[in-house]
Amino acid sequence: MKLQEADAKSLLVAQGLPVPDWSVAHTADEAREAARRFLDAGAGKVVIKAQVLVGGRGKAGGVKLASSVGEAADVAQSILGMDIKGMTVRKVLVGPAAEIVKEFYLAALVDRAERGILLMGSAEGGVEIEQIAAANPDAIIRRHADPTLGLLDFQARELAFAMGIEKHLKAAVAIAKGLVATMRAYDADLVEINPLAIVLERAPGGEPIERLVCLDAKVTLDDSALARHPGLEDLRDPDEEAPEDREAREAGLTFIKLDGTIGCMVNGAGLAMATMDLVKRAGGEPANFLDIGGGARSDKVAHAMQLILSDPKVDAILVNIFGGITRGDEVAHGLIEARAQQARDVPMVVRIVGTNAAEAAALLEQAHVQTAATLDEAAEKAVAASHGAVARS
Amino acid sequence: MSILVGRDTRLLVQGITGREGEFHARACQAYGTDVVAGVTPGKGGQRALDGTVPVFDTVAEAVAQTGANTSLIFVPAAGAPDAVMEAAAGGIGTIFCITEGIPALDMIPAVDQVGRHGARLIGPNCPGATSPGRAKVGIIPGSVHREGRVGVVSRSGTLTYEAVQAMTDAGLGQSTCIGIGGDPIIGTTFLDALQLFAEDPETEAIVLIGEIGGSAEETAAAWAGEHLRDVPKAAFIAGRTAPEGKRMGHAGAIISGGAGTAASKVEALEAAGFRVADSPTQLPALLRDAGYRD
Repeated sequence: MKLQEADAKSLLVAQGLPVPDWSVAHTADEAREAARRFLDAGAGKVVIKAQVLVGGRGKAGGVKLASSVGEAADVAQSILGMDIKGMTVRKVLVGPAAEIVKEFYLAALVDRAERGILLMGSAEGGVEIEQIAAANPDAIIRRHADPTLGLLDFQARELAFAMGIEKHLKAAVAIAKGLVATMRAYDADLVEINPLAIVLERAPGGEPIERLVCLDAKVTLDDSALARHPGLEDLRDPDEEAPEDREAREAGLTFIKLDGTIGCMVNGAGLAMATMDLVKRAGGEPANFLDIGGGARSDKVAHAMQLILSDPKVDAILVNIFGGITRGDEVAHGLIEARAQQARDVPMVVRIVGTNAAEAAALLEQAHVQTAATLDEAAEKAVAASHGAVARS
Repeated sequence: MSILVGRDTRLLVQGITGREGEFHARACQAYGTDVVAGVTPGKGGQRALDGTVPVFDTVAEAVAQTGANTSLIFVPAAGAPDAVMEAAAGGIGTIFCITEGIPALDMIPAVDQVGRHGARLIGPNCPGATSPGRAKVGIIPGSVHREGRVGVVSRSGTLTYEAVQAMTDAGLGQSTCIGIGGDPIIGTTFLDALQLFAEDPETEAIVLIGEIGGSAEETAAAWAGEHLRDVPKAAFIAGRTAPEGKRMGHAGAIISGGAGTAASKVEALEAAGFRVADSPTQLPALLRDAGYRD
């Protein structure tokens, strides 16, 4: 689960990391009040940032500065409702604009290949890490945390020296260790600070001081661990989750909507991906990824069918079940039940092999459901049915 | 011969008194696997599988009493990493963890502990392994197999059944089929599995079934290109149509930042001499094209 910047920053603050103050505004008026607070406190300007779960907000015009409360309200008005890569902006983050002296990149993530937590740092902050990796891979410094002890102080120092943050060594060490602590506290698989920045601030007496702070934050949580962090589930942004995605999640189905016309229902993630690939290979376009999981009963199958049919673009359905734990006859029952209730008539091709396949075949034949023996054949029949539907309409 | 599981497998099932554990332990036994013990803390002294298998409270005790050398874990996600570490500490050499949905950060110290004890972990979130005609440890339906000399390694469950069934239907038997699991943090990688197959005199061809996400297929391909040059090899990669940035069911199946794409994996595999199939049903023909004679 991806978190919005403001929520990610809250987690960092809870772990004691230095993050400049901010407010979240849903309207221009709220943005005006937030800006007033920061400008009154001495900020020269405020920054207004679109809160959407996609990268490249700045380039899309979703990050702007304002020097007065009126300007802040106008800017917020222009950003709210904006479309950034298909996401509508529904809230903005307002904060004091930082006087940046130097930017860095620092992230902690799960490294699959090394089976550990990897810290990645670079003196080239503010740009995407993929760009740095492509243009200048040597500019990225890597350290693996100990599997049991976490990131050790000397490792954090090595990172800081190699990144050129020696002037703020203590703060850099605390932040690097804090990223690992944040990962562990919330079961994050990514905590990225880009930029980590040395900023110029005013001490209470008015004299300028430099401080190392986390200016932006990106946190991705491990979905497998959400159950033990009940508070974090509340951070799931309802605006960012399509209604069908939520319905699927609550029904225990893994569903991802795509753009095509052939609805797919499969048991197992790998087989579901392969089924989509074979639909494409046969000349069709999959409408979704849908894994009903192992051991699915008929009610779950019926639920999955409703979910597929809720997409008006779907004009054919392909069901592919390789029964191991899952019983073919249970699936067949569910399909027949769902078909009796469904509002619109969409051609369906069913292939069920493995456990109780013979019982399933008998049920499907009785119900006059079109079947297929192999996956290739099922894909071809589903594509033909979809094309036939297009020809008829 | 075969790898990981075989006639000398003495199987311990952790979580044998649970619904899944009991069901699959029975299927392993019916396949001919020597199921010597079960472990469920608090149920030591009972007997499972119609009285044929003694249940112990701890792995250490089960190993001492029965000489178990392989473990199969059906413990729920919250306790599974601990079960893995208990197996390693208790002297089990080969540990299969079927459990799905274990948080990645829980697996990091568990994998580390397994390594310190010199044990091997397969999974988690994997279907286990079968050496046809010898032993089955896991949940792969026994009926899809046929004895033979093709080594199969896959990240998936049901997709493995699909591919193995296609081979069996075409008359190509298998030495061992291993599902290594779809999670980001797993004990045995594609590379590890290929290295084991390379040392097995009875494995004469390789089938690799990968999917989008990570770079384990690329790493394994690079090694195979150098060390398995003369071995007939075929592969299938699932997820060619998967969109970027979406987790395709398996926690590890995600294309991020342009990395982990099917295209990158297919390219690496082809460069290493694998024949890459567009459909699992093509795998037998591709192996024969590559010179495999059964």
